[in-house]
Amino acid sequence: MDSAHTIAEIDWKQQAKGAFWDSLRMLTPQRQWHNPVMFVVYIGSWLVLALFFRDLASGSAEAMFTGVIDLWLWLTLIFANFAEALAERQGQAQANSLRQTRQEVKAKKLHKPLRGVPYHEVPGASLHSGDFVLVEAGDIVPTDGEAILGVAAVDESAITGESAPVIREGGGDRSAVTGGTRVLSDWLIIRVSSEAGNTFLDQMIAMVEGAARRKTPNEIALSILLVVLTLVFLVVTITLYPFSWYSVHYASHSGTVISITVLVALLVCLIPTTIGALLPAIGIAGIMRLLRANVVATSGRAIEAAGDVDVLLLDKTGTITYGNREAVAFYPVQGATEEQLAIAARRASLADDTPEGKSVVALAEEKFTQLKEKLPDAAELVAFSAETRMSGVDWSGKQLRKGAPDSMKEWVQSLGGTWPEELDAIIRKIAAMGATPLAVCEDGRALGAVELKDIVKRDIKARFAELRAMGIRTVMVTGDNPLTAAAIAAEAGVDDYLAEAKPETKLARIRKYQGEGYMLAMTGDGTNDAPALAQADVGLCMASGTQAAREAANMVDLDSNPTKLLEIVQIGKQLLMTRGALTTFSVANDVAKYFAIIPAAFVSTYPQLGLLNIMDLSSPQHAILAAVIFNALIIPLLIPLALKGIKFRADSAQHILRRNVWIYGLGGLIAPFIGIKLIDMLLVLL
Amino acid sequence: MISAIALTVAVLLVTILLALPLGRYMDRVYSGETFWATRMLGPVERMIYRISAIHPNREMDWKRYAIALLIFNLLGGVFLYGLLLVQGALPLNPEHFPGVPGGSAFNTAVSFITNTNWQDYAGESTMSYLSQMLGLTVQNFLSAATGITILLPIIRGIARQKTSDLGNFWVDMTRTVLYVLLPLSFIFALILMEQGVIQTLSSYLHAHLIAPFASGGKQITHQVLAVGPVASQEAIMMLGNNGGGFFNANDAHPFENPTALTNFLEMVAMILIPTALVFLFGHMAKARRTAWAMVVAMLVLFIPLALASEHFDLAGNPLFTSVHVAQANTSALVGGGNLEGVEDRVGVAGSALFASIATATSTGAANSAYDSLMPLSGGVNLFLMQMGEAVFGGVGSGLATMLAFAIFAVFLGGLMVGRTPEFLGKKIEPFEIKMASLSILVMPLLVLIGTAMAVSTAAGRAGVFNPGAHGFSEMLYAITSPANNNGSAFGGLSSDTRFYNLITGLCILFGRYWTYLPLLALAGALARKKKVPLGAGTLATHTPIFISLLVGVVLLVGALNFFPALALGPIAEQLAPLATTLTTH
Repeated sequence: MDSAHTIAEIDWKQQAKGAFWDSLRMLTPQRQWHNPVMFVVYIGSWLVLALFFRDLASGSAEAMFTGVIDLWLWLTLIFANFAEALAERQGQAQANSLRQTRQEVKAKKLHKPLRGVPYHEVPGASLHSGDFVLVEAGDIVPTDGEAILGVAAVDESAITGESAPVIREGGGDRSAVTGGTRVLSDWLIIRVSSEAGNTFLDQMIAMVEGAARRKTPNEIALSILLVVLTLVFLVVTITLYPFSWYSVHYASHSGTVISITVLVALLVCLIPTTIGALLPAIGIAGIMRLLRANVVATSGRAIEAAGDVDVLLLDKTGTITYGNREAVAFYPVQGATEEQLAIAARRASLADDTPEGKSVVALAEEKFTQLKEKLPDAAELVAFSAETRMSGVDWSGKQLRKGAPDSMKEWVQSLGGTWPEELDAIIRKIAAMGATPLAVCEDGRALGAVELKDIVKRDIKARFAELRAMGIRTVMVTGDNPLTAAAIAAEAGVDDYLAEAKPETKLARIRKYQGEGYMLAMTGDGTNDAPALAQADVGLCMASGTQAAREAANMVDLDSNPTKLLEIVQIGKQLLMTRGALTTFSVANDVAKYFAIIPAAFVSTYPQLGLLNIMDLSSPQHAILAAVIFNALIIPLLIPLALKGIKFRADSAQHILRRNVWIYGLGGLIAPFIGIKLIDMLLVLL
Repeated sequence: MISAIALTVAVLLVTILLALPLGRYMDRVYSGETFWATRMLGPVERMIYRISAIHPNREMDWKRYAIALLIFNLLGGVFLYGLLLVQGALPLNPEHFPGVPGGSAFNTAVSFITNTNWQDYAGESTMSYLSQMLGLTVQNFLSAATGITILLPIIRGIARQKTSDLGNFWVDMTRTVLYVLLPLSFIFALILMEQGVIQTLSSYLHAHLIAPFASGGKQITHQVLAVGPVASQEAIMMLGNNGGGFFNANDAHPFENPTALTNFLEMVAMILIPTALVFLFGHMAKARRTAWAMVVAMLVLFIPLALASEHFDLAGNPLFTSVHVAQANTSALVGGGNLEGVEDRVGVAGSALFASIATATSTGAANSAYDSLMPLSGGVNLFLMQMGEAVFGGVGSGLATMLAFAIFAVFLGGLMVGRTPEFLGKKIEPFEIKMASLSILVMPLLVLIGTAMAVSTAAGRAGVFNPGAHGFSEMLYAITSPANNNGSAFGGLSSDTRFYNLITGLCILFGRYWTYLPLLALAGALARKKKVPLGAGTLATHTPIFISLLVGVVLLVGALNFFPALALGPIAEQLAPLATTLTTH
């Protein structure tokens, strides 16, 4: 279920080609201005280009050097643009595939929400919020809305990638319909909830195309840091000119003043171009990763918030346990044997199609393999009802019943039977273990109890342990009584639980955690979850949820898989980690670049500064060129990392930090020394 | 070198041992706890509040706090400026010095209210006793206390939550002077006097020479010995990181720094309060392990630099070595090395260490001629200042800058662990980064642009006495020191000119207020935030890996900007003889 994607395989060759042309088109001042770091490179490139023509006109020997430097400055810009364009193209490819589902549809508009009133066809785009629309088998739902009448099977595979149709019906918790999905059978009357162009699908397209992508607070903070670094380095390089001029004319009386070309080269190498170039791509790639997990976020902010979450509020059913309970043991009483109990329980359950009923049959057959009898034709079925809270069968004149202990007790007593103390004790014992007891009776006689157990998902305990290592607490939310809840919580390894949860208690618990300063995430789908979803820092709504829940949430999971929350947290963290790691790498690179350029720039003034040429680069011009080339090439080399995100492992902050400081901090110090030296060796060969 | 290392270790060890209880003591003072000190001095404190109509329980938000601080400094500055101008007409002026000229008076006033104590004058030939005591010594106390009042609201911003109250400036100022600076200075002044530092109001002494001599066609028969109330000023000038000496020779003068013991204690005094403030931060913000991490980060930055400075100065001039001129005597501390401009009583290593401490803290005092240090040892002085006075740094202001660096480190580290960065439970968001950046940004801009102006104008170049790379170092130093509110003078530059008075004065003002006002705004923002509980997912700020990250940030964001300038100054100068010898052989 979680790997059902609508995304077509990316044609990298095609994408790269397109992105290349994009990156040339992006070389306009308006476009570059958006990225202050790269704008400085842009200005520098023009400046050095002018110097190149000046040198060319004056026949200076420097012309060749100036030209090559300028070429690499432009390449730096193109590489940066390429990174962004490639990420945007990927997003567009995704958007296009989504857009195909949003062909122009005709809508059957109704005057009032009643079946049978005449409709007239209007273009789907002309619908307004509050309009009523009829969709019948074969129609495409024109826009997002809420079913108010009717029941229909809807194919939502265009949005969710899940091929099995889902049921949508007027009123209740399954009323939300999404534009672009197809009605397979029956009909629905829908109240339009969002204007054309503002549907769920449109939001998703806008997000991936970057149109609605505003900078998140975290991106803004990082951008400020990058701008400040750029500003400082700008002053460092500009003031270096008078320093050099003084040293040449007043101090050493030898050599030449540092050229503007070298100053621009130094500036471009020092400012954080690597992270500056990759920052937009990292952000888009984060949204793409989320989309690939079939989750739509309403803002980039929500993704980052997911990385900050410290408490997860998880629904028990579906997330922690499989949806259904299973019979695991028989407890005979009043002298009945286990086999007698098993036979009675099996018979009472044969007609029971619920998973619980089937599991009773399965358990009986597993324990007593000889049990093979079929339901006789004469048997009279007693269906489960909310009032009686029991079900069973009248089998050859015997009334076999199973059901909730308290209603069974009443039934037995009403037949004049006695309810053994022994059974009460067993029932209490079963409940204390976190399981659900089911009493089985034959006529007025209680035979014993069946233990129905919530089956905790196999890998969930390990995942919770991972989360705990990452510093994230898990809270199980369940409608069960505290006793049952505690037992399941212990088995699943959650940190806390909320038993007998009602929407209000859920909301109160969220507020309590937030009051203590925690950030928390939760999943939900019902209308009554809406306040809690809105209150939570990250509210993940199931695609099957109601319109109210969807609007309250800041993310929607198209697969309706509650476990997805764990994946979202990981995506959020990975996004921030990638940003931080590449920033650290970018800043750490400066040390090597200083050691390449400073001796090269001043060796004519102070020959002794040649001792700082610890990389033993072949000549001053080669040294500067090598630094500029390294600075340019590192951008495309890191594009895959920016798009994929750095490796994520569930671990404590302590260990993650240690690993990343080693790889990106120390690596960022050392890598350029090696890279610049290698490029220099190549330059010598040329 | 072994004894040099031993001396360095001894100074740092004694400092930390004294700073630990002092930090705890200060915590008790600022939290308003009732204990022996407040029982003793409490009546005085309450009387001050009553006289000056201060409501000690009324707290201020960051803006009111900042305004109170600015007004207080402004009043102090105007008072000092006026006092210097008219000192000729005032009492306690046995040498009948005239009023200080306007430019110099402005420069001095600005310099002393900001804890810079850059001196473009020679104390014993310019300042009356009244100016020294009521003017300069008073500002020594108040400017040091101002540094601490910059820090206190920042710590409270981290420690408190969901409030705009950052303390009361007047209370912080009063308590700092009354409970911390005055008692410490009193004790230290007594120790200094016992060791021979003078304390007198008598006029200068005239001594007849036993062996008169002729100089410049004149017969020299007697000598004037400048004296004055030195010990009282010396104590606070070291403890308060002021560094403005009574005499022009500063701590090389035997009346300021007579013995090996005073030399040792003065070094301890310089780093004592900055270190104690880190521990105070640990107590107040309930972050003792983070405080220790900061002390360790400071030591990691300081020790190698100080030892390098000692090493290069002890190694002496390599040119001499190459022609087999012995510069090393056997006694490791006193004899040997680069003895130019060094007091015999102190020795080369003792001078270099003193220089490192005086520049790492914002003291700027000197017991040798910094201009005569080996180029790289002088370069260490420059480098320590160019780290933004964050390694120990000025009283209060140093830790404030270090906290700004820590916010950067936390930001990078926080991103790297995949969370919105938080420092001790406070989320670091765009506003915090903006303010920390503003604060860190100002100093490099001042130093680089100021030096660029000095080298490219005739007025700037006119002050330089030495040719070559050394001349460049002199100008770089003359701007770096005031911009970092250090105040140490490299010398070799006539700084009492209109150009240098103006440019250093501006550097001092911008370097002080533009650096720390954003940090007060930052404190205001932090205080309003709620605290995020710490967990396994949050970045721990006390681990070795965080210390290395912090050290990396200080070096990469703070000091790396000066690498090109240092290459053209001290590095080129130090390497020059090597290159010469390499080519001659």
